[in-house]
Amino acid sequence: MSCWDTVHAYAFRSIGMGERLLPRSDFTICEQIVLIGSGMIWNVYFGICALVLGFALATGLAVAKNSSNFFLRKAATWFIFVFRGSPLFIQFFFAYFLFLSLKGFSPVFDPFTSAALGALIVLFFNTAAYAGEIFYGALQSVPKGDIEAADAYGLAGLARFRRIVWPTMLRLAWPAYTNEAIFLFHATTLVFFSGFPAWRQQGDALYYANYFADKTFNPFIPYPILAGYFIALTLVIVGLFGLVNKRLNRHLPADRRARVRYRPNLMR
Amino acid sequence: MFSFCTDPSVLAAPAWFACYLTTGKLMLFYASFGTVLLLLAITAPVALAFGFAGAAAARSRVTPLSWLGKIYIAMVRGVPDIVFFLFFVIALDQGLEYLRHKVKCPEWDEPIRQGSDFIVCAAAKLPLSTSPQAWHEVYGFSLAVLTFSIVFGAFAANVLFGAMRAVPRAQLETAEAYGMTHRQTFWRILVPQMWVYALPGLSNLWMVLIKATPLLFLLGVEDIVYWARELGGAKTARFTDYPHADWRVWYFLALLIFYLAFTRVSEIVLDRIMARLTHGQATAAGEAQRKAAA
Repeated sequence: MSCWDTVHAYAFRSIGMGERLLPRSDFTICEQIVLIGSGMIWNVYFGICALVLGFALATGLAVAKNSSNFFLRKAATWFIFVFRGSPLFIQFFFAYFLFLSLKGFSPVFDPFTSAALGALIVLFFNTAAYAGEIFYGALQSVPKGDIEAADAYGLAGLARFRRIVWPTMLRLAWPAYTNEAIFLFHATTLVFFSGFPAWRQQGDALYYANYFADKTFNPFIPYPILAGYFIALTLVIVGLFGLVNKRLNRHLPADRRARVRYRPNLMR
Repeated sequence: MFSFCTDPSVLAAPAWFACYLTTGKLMLFYASFGTVLLLLAITAPVALAFGFAGAAAARSRVTPLSWLGKIYIAMVRGVPDIVFFLFFVIALDQGLEYLRHKVKCPEWDEPIRQGSDFIVCAAAKLPLSTSPQAWHEVYGFSLAVLTFSIVFGAFAANVLFGAMRAVPRAQLETAEAYGMTHRQTFWRILVPQMWVYALPGLSNLWMVLIKATPLLFLLGVEDIVYWARELGGAKTARFTDYPHADWRVWYFLALLIFYLAFTRVSEIVLDRIMARLTHGQATAAGEAQRKAAA
């Protein structure tokens, strides 16, 4: 089988298109690159969906944690504490078995036991909690003068939040949020190792890399391939978030702009 | 455990649970919490030592050494750490067996990699196939500890490298002006002063390390995740005196609470240490402390 045939057979294997059987012997480099790349579809899917949904919830959480309402503040604080204080790996397991038990009560919960929805929910809540804490920190660092100026212009309530507080919050939080996004994508590799079944061997990049490492008993080829994919993905994220950062900082003189510094000492 | 546990099927709920929670299997589950703590106790200092070596190497004036240190620090960027966990466990195992094979069986002429097999002579196997089960478990655990230490050493090296650079340059220049050698400046001036800058990063790392411990399960160690899955699954009366439905969700809830409590306690303790260390320091936090007291 030529490499082009392999691409044809396995490029979309992870979403159930193409060849049904995974390669079983005589593994070629091409097969490993294509199949692991195919698995990246899942990582990107989890990452983007959780990031977009999580961004909205994170803003809400940050505002709630900063609010003067006691119950709202406590609820947000606890949500953030639970998801930041426990390992994501355990959260996945817990959520999977929770959905599995709920399935017994009502068939409504059937789709939740699949990775595509169940794991996405966990990642969504998890990233919302981490980003919520980042946004909360930024919300507290919004300069007092900005808010006073808004008051002076007669801006209040939602208008003040939308036009003054929120953009400044995002600008201050953006470097940290970039790191959060990178680690969210890294965290997506845990999904298929934590209870959620890979239906018909449709797994993510690490699932296939692990498959090859198990079959060939040679970790020196599949894992570096996977690492290559993730480094590329990280560079894309850094690039895209850098563009947003540039836009958020466009009104500031060059020397006062926040630079995105990549700080990798975070993990769930 | 208790005398009334002879026939659990007739017991009322409280007594039943008292018996169930003290069965031998559950004791293994409790012991696995010890495994996690043991891992933390060994990994934290070893990783710190790896990190220190890495950061010191990255600062070295010997170019190849500084490259080595910088590569080690950069290693963990961009790639999910779980990949390193899965990779190092096999790679270390094969590397060790390969070295032993070269030393112990020099007359062996077949290739080590034959298709999908990794073949070394029987004397080079780690641990030897004749050794008792306990050694296999110890070996597996040691590999896991080493893997954790390498990965977290890289994180720690990153933190310490940053901390070393945060020490005011004037301090080092003063040391040089007094005629101290590079080695003396490093050990007497740089290292004692860097810790206060490193502590926030290191406490973050400690939290991260706690939250990474369930990954032991992926490295093939019988840890809390393994036992929670084993014990929580539905049990029928044919195989056990304590039949129950699928309780895995409750077991994992217990683990969740365990980790929440653990991270919370760590957070409180680390905050206290930080407050103690910043006392009187010429940093923003130290200044804030001084103002609050005044």
